[in-house]
Amino acid sequence: MREAILFFFIVVAGTAGELCVSRAMKSIGEVHDFSPRSILSFVLQALRLPWMWLGIALMSLGFFSLLAILSFREVSFVVPVSALSYAAGAFGAKAFLGERISANRWMGIAVVCLGVTIVWWSRR
Amino acid sequence: MTHTRRLQLKTIPLILICIILGPLGNVLLGKAMKGVGSLNSAGILDLVPIVPRVLMSGYIWLGIACLLGFFTVHMLLLTWADYSYVQPASSLSYLSITMLSYLLLGEAISPLRWLGVAVICLGVFVVGRTSPSTTGAPKDA
Repeated sequence: MREAILFFFIVVAGTAGELCVSRAMKSIGEVHDFSPRSILSFVLQALRLPWMWLGIALMSLGFFSLLAILSFREVSFVVPVSALSYAAGAFGAKAFLGERISANRWMGIAVVCLGVTIVWWSRR
Repeated sequence: MTHTRRLQLKTIPLILICIILGPLGNVLLGKAMKGVGSLNSAGILDLVPIVPRVLMSGYIWLGIACLLGFFTVHMLLLTWADYSYVQPASSLSYLSITMLSYLLLGEAISPLRWLGVAVICLGVFVVGRTSPSTTGAPKDA
């Protein structure tokens, strides 16, 4: 049970965090100039956005859940299962960022989910 | 030397670094967390002695350093390479994480798990082969 909750946090909170950060980044706009000065102003700009902080909080939750689950499960089990983030990311990007997901991409995601299911069966 | 050829010469080594560094970071985190004791049945108060033990573990910081390195190289790559090129290539990281867990942590990988990992790689590859629509590239079939 605890394992399922931790996987939920890794996949859903981690992905939701990335979507929040992505939303924050899009609102700043494309970066053209990579001088230290403009990167600094970019970072300061990003840190003023609530989406950025929400994203950082969610990604941290995902990271600490990963650490917790690694304390009692194998790396070769946890990391492949967390590939479910591809599915979460597609649903999230569609719902939250309004991205269009092509049929090919859905097919790839279905194959990832099949692989995760097989890895799940290999659980001892 | 053509432009494409020169780009490949710096892109492929950096992709290889990504495929090794990211999984290596996760393997080190796993190594560190196995050393602090299981959190599977731990209550909230059990975290009090565990958190300092995690922070004192050298492996945790080494793992975080690898992941930061991975993140930096990945961002660097994406400043010139297409995401749709980098992402299918990085699907190989699911194979390398399995190999590294076997070699460095001595985890036993059953044939069923290898099969699952191979299927995940294939799926990630297919996801990555679809072109990101925002770049104005032709829509994928």
